[in-house]
Amino acid sequence: MISVFWAVGVVLIVTIFLCLYRVLRGPGVFNKAIAVNLIGTKTIVLLVIIGYIYQRPIFLDIALVYAMVNFGASIAIAKYLKRGTLA
Amino acid sequence: MIFDAVSIVLISAGLFFMIVGPIGLLRLPDFYTRIHAAGKCDTLGQGLILLGAIVHEGFTLTAVKIAFLIAFIMITNPTMTHTLANAAYEAGVPAWRKEEGR
Repeated sequence: MISVFWAVGVVLIVTIFLCLYRVLRGPGVFNKAIAVNLIGTKTIVLLVIIGYIYQRPIFLDIALVYAMVNFGASIAIAKYLKRGTLA
Repeated sequence: MIFDAVSIVLISAGLFFMIVGPIGLLRLPDFYTRIHAAGKCDTLGQGLILLGAIVHEGFTLTAVKIAFLIAFIMITNPTMTHTLANAAYEAGVPAWRKEEGR
């Protein structure tokens, strides 16, 4: 079962690099924002998978905190792009 | 044994959606279609992969934590995509027409 988690982790890293193209070259700031959002969600799943590979359940807590930070960052970026200020 | 089989099937289905999302992000023509591909595929993909992890785990504290993670992402990911699409519409990002080509 460990080999299945290894394969899932490698495929997730490849898809993260596919998204990285849109972060670097995306026309306009909104394409970059949605690509960063997608990378954040994939990173949460990758953290859980890494916790299974190395048998360390502490990675789950890191994944929970990372989900909350990702949510706050994306909402802040969207609000700034919409209104021009964060106030 | 049967739990491992169910878990592998769920993780494979989730991995399919996780691969389809970036392909849509790379190949679709404008921002709104890209956000359509990114939001839904990613939400369902992470749900299926983490559900496979729960089935592999059994009923423990770790499984409860993963269930909380699934519920949190199922709420926040559509919220983020909706907020970004709303901001782009307010900012006047042009939509793709069929006559333009790629």
